[in-house]
Amino acid sequence: MAEMTKRDVGQFLARQGILVAFVIFIIGFTLANQRFLAVDNVLGVIRSSAILGVMALGVTFVVISGNLDLSVGSMMSFSTIVVLDLHDKIGPSLAIPAMFAMTMCLGALIGFLVGYLKLNSLIVTLGMLSAIHGLTLTYSGGKNMDIADKEGTWFSLFGQGSALGIPVPILMFALLAALLSLLLAKTAFGRKVYAVGGNGVAATFSGIRRARVVFLTYVISSFCVACAGLLQASRSMGSQNTVGQGLELEVLAAVILGGASLLGGSGTVFKTVIGVLILGFIQNGLLLVGLEFYVQYVVTWVIIILAVWLDIAANRGRLWSPIA
Amino acid sequence: MTSFTPALRLQDIVKTFPGVRALDGVSLTVLPGEVHALMGENGAGKSTLMRVLGGVLQPNSGRILIGEEPTIMASPLDAKSKGVVFIHQELSLAEELSVAENVYLGELPRKSFGRVDWDRLHEKTAAILDKLKVGFTPQTRVGDLSLANQQMVEIARALTVDAKAVIFDEPTASLTDAEKVVLFDVIADLKARGVGVIYISHRMEEIFHMTDRISILRDGQYRGTLHTAETSEEELTQLMIGRKLDLSRKINHAEVGAVALEVRGLSCGRLYSDVSFEVRRGEVLGFYGLVGAGRTEVAETLFGLRDPDAGQILLDGEEVRIGSPVEAIARGISLVPEDRKGQGLVLGMNCRDNMTLPQVDDLKAGPFVAEGAEIAIFDQYRDKLDIRTPGWRQKVGNLSGGNQQKIVIAKWLSMHPNVLIVDEPTRGIDVGSKSEIHNLIRDLAANGFAVIVISSEMPEVLHVSDRIVAMHHGKVIRTFTSEEVTEESLVQAISGIVAETAA
Repeated sequence: MAEMTKRDVGQFLARQGILVAFVIFIIGFTLANQRFLAVDNVLGVIRSSAILGVMALGVTFVVISGNLDLSVGSMMSFSTIVVLDLHDKIGPSLAIPAMFAMTMCLGALIGFLVGYLKLNSLIVTLGMLSAIHGLTLTYSGGKNMDIADKEGTWFSLFGQGSALGIPVPILMFALLAALLSLLLAKTAFGRKVYAVGGNGVAATFSGIRRARVVFLTYVISSFCVACAGLLQASRSMGSQNTVGQGLELEVLAAVILGGASLLGGSGTVFKTVIGVLILGFIQNGLLLVGLEFYVQYVVTWVIIILAVWLDIAANRGRLWSPIA
Repeated sequence: MTSFTPALRLQDIVKTFPGVRALDGVSLTVLPGEVHALMGENGAGKSTLMRVLGGVLQPNSGRILIGEEPTIMASPLDAKSKGVVFIHQELSLAEELSVAENVYLGELPRKSFGRVDWDRLHEKTAAILDKLKVGFTPQTRVGDLSLANQQMVEIARALTVDAKAVIFDEPTASLTDAEKVVLFDVIADLKARGVGVIYISHRMEEIFHMTDRISILRDGQYRGTLHTAETSEEELTQLMIGRKLDLSRKINHAEVGAVALEVRGLSCGRLYSDVSFEVRRGEVLGFYGLVGAGRTEVAETLFGLRDPDAGQILLDGEEVRIGSPVEAIARGISLVPEDRKGQGLVLGMNCRDNMTLPQVDDLKAGPFVAEGAEIAIFDQYRDKLDIRTPGWRQKVGNLSGGNQQKIVIAKWLSMHPNVLIVDEPTRGIDVGSKSEIHNLIRDLAANGFAVIVISSEMPEVLHVSDRIVAMHHGKVIRTFTSEEVTEESLVQAISGIVAETAA
């Protein structure tokens, strides 16, 4: 019987391990620093997670359809730089739609390569990570981009404004999460995303245009990246070319942490939101207990590994197995 | 049966999982030099029993004896070292390595400094391959071998230890008839050398052809052991499913209507050529032939998965081009594919979503999927096909093979197709569900569907079809009516004998 109980604990950890770890983190941080659960700190965490979160929403679609998107970080730098530059040239009301169009063209290109040409998404998006970075530097000539007249524009609204006492980035994150959650959970398109990621061959045999579904997931992802770029540009009103560097891994960590399987076919928008918040709170907690910010790079990596391990463990029903 | 000491005994094995008594005091005795069949429906406990024997699971109580020796199987490796060897349904070979490397994988003979002793490896492997009388060498790359020969490699691996008992789990599932003959020779050879063989299969012909005794499990309980020579299919079936099964030939045709689908001179590269047939509403057209005869490829062409080089496809008398599954579905053609898990279902998705997947675009409530309509479809077909599942939220991967197949059939029936193509409708499904699916296919025809059934099992084709198309090497040899067909004429047609005499 003792063996049985041990096994049950193993299964529970395999399924709910992330939540358990999160609760332990929260308790630990709160004991270490009273401020951790204060309202202003909580709001601060959500606000600073919003940009990452918006990107994670889009990547959730890509991951559920069974692919990866490692290009979102450098794509976000691109949209930030572009919208800042165009702001002073053609004004904010034209700059924003122009930036969305350009960013979504990049998403469509990736979608075409992965969906229609059926190229490996890891290679395509890793390549695009580098290619888009080059594109951004070419566009900016390597210089930082700044809005000249920071006071005389309504552009700061997205990153710095608030409505009903809630910061706009949080509202935008919540609104996008709600819309995309409906799209994924309630529409025929969402159902097809799950089918393509769960079993692409069976999806084809069921009359689903697999290439089109994959294509659209990347377009959605790039739309979310454009939103994130807008928030980033509006918050800082100026930017380096590398503002989104490394975010692709944090985004992926949040999605996997939320419980989407890297194998495709599972995950939800809600779970991704949870994953984003877990990641945000852990990074914030590390700062509050007095660790240097660069410690979080190590911790984030540990979390990714942990999440991937638990993902596999949940599939085979135990934490460790002699056979793969 | 040369000796009175059994090769292997399982005594009163009990294995419980939370809430389930998977094995309830099961005993099994295998004598040296006998082929012992283990039969039962899916979920009867066969695989659990074999996993206990193989050291994958530990029993709650009961004993395992090898010879006179009570043993505990600690792990699969432990079981192998004690002479209990499994030939699995799914092969576990490294395709890029040679035959010899696969046979001795993990225990390659060494020279100094850990270098592999290739000469000795090839010599030892050749000795085993000689015994198996196979036509390939130790140096052959495993990926270059046919499935049957790969299975031989798996068997050769079993012979590296002094095997007391060898367990074959559905070994013929992916073999052609010719390949089966070779496999049966090997089993006969094992038997002659005094090894006890446990043979797990759903295929009655093989059971009667190969085995000496048959043990039957039902719902985790031991239902008895019979001498193969003294029993019949009816008796076995009754023990397995607890009722009688109707395996008679169908001669009462439904009322046959207009031609729903006609194919004229369809050709596709080297896969098949000049295939012509027609299927009417209210009729089941069987396609019979060996693996590789081109039957599945014809079906895939009709479903828009392959482009034909020549020929015409006519639906209700009108010529059509079918470029993709999307177009096929739009024209009322449905395909229940051969590979249920690979092509038919999204295993991680629930029952309802799988069932409504092809029509999810049409079930709309505003911008969203009409879940109420989906549940209504699920309920309707669950009742109609008697699908046993706790509810629509159940993941399809958790259902038994028979119920999974019914989900796939329901998925296409709910599209109200003009032509329903069913490829290998009962592969890997237990006898009980098999006959239900056969009855279902007959009912569909009776209700005015045009149905095409592709099968590699002769009893199945004979049982369900009104007419039978026999294919050989990508050509239609002959079309039989169910009145004129005999087993002999069918066998001759699919092996190409008729073709030569007729030509």
